[in-house]
Amino acid sequence: MNKTDEQLLNNVLDNNIHEADSYNVRKNGKSIDRKTNPYIDIISKEDGSGIDIYVKENTLFGIIDIPVIITDSGLTDVVYNDFHIGKNSNVIIVAGCGVHNTDRHDSVHDGIHRFYLEENSKVKYIEKHYGSGKGTGKKILNPVTEITMKKGSSMTIDSTQIEGVDKTLRVTKAILDEATTLVINEKIKTYKDQYAKTEFVVTLNGENASCHVTSRSVATDNSYQEFTSNVVGNTKSFAHVECDAIIQDKASVKAIPEIYANNVDANLIHEAAIGKIAGAQLIKLMSLGLTEKEAEEAIINGFLK
Amino acid sequence: MLELIDISFKRDNKQILNKVNLKLDEEKFYVITGPNGSGKSSLVKIIMGIEKPDSGKIIFNGIDITDKSIDERAKLGIGFAFQQPVSFKGLTVYDLLKIAVNKELTKSNACDILSKVGLCALNYVDREVNNSLSGGELKRIEIATVMARNPKLAIFDEPEAGIDLWSFQNLTNVFKQIQEQSKGITLVISHQERILNIADQIILLENGKIKKIGSKNIMMNIIFKEETCCKGVNICE
Repeated sequence: MNKTDEQLLNNVLDNNIHEADSYNVRKNGKSIDRKTNPYIDIISKEDGSGIDIYVKENTLFGIIDIPVIITDSGLTDVVYNDFHIGKNSNVIIVAGCGVHNTDRHDSVHDGIHRFYLEENSKVKYIEKHYGSGKGTGKKILNPVTEITMKKGSSMTIDSTQIEGVDKTLRVTKAILDEATTLVINEKIKTYKDQYAKTEFVVTLNGENASCHVTSRSVATDNSYQEFTSNVVGNTKSFAHVECDAIIQDKASVKAIPEIYANNVDANLIHEAAIGKIAGAQLIKLMSLGLTEKEAEEAIINGFLK
Repeated sequence: MLELIDISFKRDNKQILNKVNLKLDEEKFYVITGPNGSGKSSLVKIIMGIEKPDSGKIIFNGIDITDKSIDERAKLGIGFAFQQPVSFKGLTVYDLLKIAVNKELTKSNACDILSKVGLCALNYVDREVNNSLSGGELKRIEIATVMARNPKLAIFDEPEAGIDLWSFQNLTNVFKQIQEQSKGITLVISHQERILNIADQIILLENGKIKKIGSKNIMMNIIFKEETCCKGVNICE
């Protein structure tokens, strides 16, 4: 790995990759480094389309890093990563993607991540997307996350895209069985002419399944964001979807809520708010000594923290 | 010293303040009172720079601050506790206090500040300043942000409103502490007799004009005898 690779990794991973229990580094469409252990195995798919990650039953406190970096301008990288999370296990998965584009061709990464959570397993999934490089070629990331949750399992997703991604379509689909919990925290910032579209499709099939989606986004300059959520409650279940966006300059934000209750005991809530920074917030921080610009930055940084 | 010279302020064709002249001295506790709509909030907002007067001058410690921005006035030592505290999604109480002190602030120091406003600090320091906090909690955090700045001129717009179970005695102690630390001016808008009672000077505002300024003893008699005050002021309750 060269210096650019390391910088990309630093921007998409919160931890030191060598401290992870298992990891796989994918660069420009190929696995370049891998570590496994007896509890968390990583195996390349035979057709070369990606990897399977197997977490054994009862594995506790495992940390798995699955970063992707792209530095070849013009490359379209499609990868299928399947996570098989054994019963009663508890793991943290960090799966960022960094694209560095210094040329005029678009670089694209389509990461399809499928999660199969067995009974009573627990996953924290951290996903950071980042772009850098002064080339005119776009940095495009289209992550798809498909989640199947068995009885008693839980998953928390922290998804962040703050800098450098020109275009993204992020799709998350989940099917929840009995007594499962899915928590999704999404943070997105777009600027210049960036485009970000997010779709959540969650189906609550099992009794006492619950889903909490919090999306906080900031759109500035000429950027465009779209947030779509579609939650279906087929049984006694709970969902709370909250979409909050700060809009500045000539940016546009569209929020499309859809909640569909198929059962009298399905309790589904959607809240969406789009607006500029409240004048009272700016005045308060200015009264504490910040300039208007500093106050704006403090509000946005806090909002996306 | 703070000096207001001929401050006038008109909004929606209504004369809110009409040639107000006022001098406030260091180490004194002033309470502004008067009926609803008398111009009290507009006056303190003009001092902080939140509203701009149509005419007149504001001199603070020898500097003409009439055209200075809110943050410039804050840096000169003016602090302002809002009547309706603002909430922030994402910013914690600790973040807000760090901004207020504008220097290194340990969590332990932040907790000390919160304790002064009667908040059990460990439960609050990492909480977001959002609507999950009650109105009374937000109000006390608001007061804490002003205390943290140790201002030379501390302005409180109806600090007692929404204070819930926290007692007036504690609020009074906060005012005393601020004054002892900064040796500055404290200016409070209030209708509450218990706050009027600790004032060095009471300023009675009516119809955008200062009707009278004087010591507590003189002013309390005037205010309580005034029939007009009972129509819009709580002190007669």
